[in-house]
Amino acid sequence: MIEDTAQVWIVMIVLGLGTFLLRFSFLGMIGSRPMPLWALRLLRYTPVAVLPGLVAPMVLWPTATGGETDPARLAAACAAVAMGLLSRNVFAAIFAGAAALYLTPWLLG
Amino acid sequence: MSPRRSAFLRGLFSALPFMLVIAPFGLLFGVVGTEAGLNIVEVMGFSIIVIAGAAQFAAVQMLADNAPTVIILATSLAVNLRMAMYSASLTPHLGQAPVGLRALMAYCLVDQTYAAAMIDYEKNPHQSPGEKIAFFFGAVLPVCPLWYVATYVGAQVGTAIPPEFALDFAVPITFLAMIAPMLRTVAHVAAAGVSIALSLALAFVPYNGGLLVAAAAAMATGAWIEAWTDRRRAT
Repeated sequence: MIEDTAQVWIVMIVLGLGTFLLRFSFLGMIGSRPMPLWALRLLRYTPVAVLPGLVAPMVLWPTATGGETDPARLAAACAAVAMGLLSRNVFAAIFAGAAALYLTPWLLG
Repeated sequence: MSPRRSAFLRGLFSALPFMLVIAPFGLLFGVVGTEAGLNIVEVMGFSIIVIAGAAQFAAVQMLADNAPTVIILATSLAVNLRMAMYSASLTPHLGQAPVGLRALMAYCLVDQTYAAAMIDYEKNPHQSPGEKIAFFFGAVLPVCPLWYVATYVGAQVGTAIPPEFALDFAVPITFLAMIAPMLRTVAHVAAAGVSIALSLALAFVPYNGGLLVAAAAAMATGAWIEAWTDRRRAT
């Protein structure tokens, strides 16, 4: 649970400002020079570099089970990835993950 | 109809399908934020001040894990680094607008408005700058206000959901569902693999510090493999 209100507001405001500056960066500077190729290359991989690493420990060692690996959560993660790869559709993937999350405990009795 | 008005309407219609994406994500953020212990003002503050889904989810998750502020900010901002790329690629089209308008467009620059605008500017290259600006704001209309409304509704129903629904897992499933369709190339798959492997291997590093190392290495891996593939194709 989140209890530190001051931290919440600091994160919210600094993250908001920082995100705005990222969005305004090039649009804000008139006649901006084109970004170097290597920079564009690195930026292209940011979501795929950050999010899997953020999720992996949550999948293997969920806080809700006290860090114990949980078959339902593991199945849900696999189902979401498999459906996402097959359908290329974010919502089909979320649905498959949720279905596996709720069906696995029921199937395992 | 004036060209600007028709560009505005074209933007509006092209962004309508995104409502199907924005509404559930906004709802989910409202629910997850409330469940994590944020009050309605804080949940709405995130959606209005930050207005970036993935980064908001990441920040709330790490706040709930009691991670230090600096690490939370570094990780969430890293998720948003792609916005600088969007900004760079829109500059040739929108760079002539007055600075106030450019600031407003920057605030509304999200994945969906960016995608709608870039597709249209490439399809209709002979638009005036005014038409391009009108198109952009047309595309903003179904997307950004809905993000606030959906967050609000989610925050209102959030506390009514019992723990059996394992809502703690909504964030990982959502992230995985967002990542999987992005794994189009070897470089993307390799970046994701390095990110997972290093973040698990460095899980002992306190305060999620390992994640930052994993993300940096994964970005470098993706960029390096892409450069390598391009070079091989060229020869």
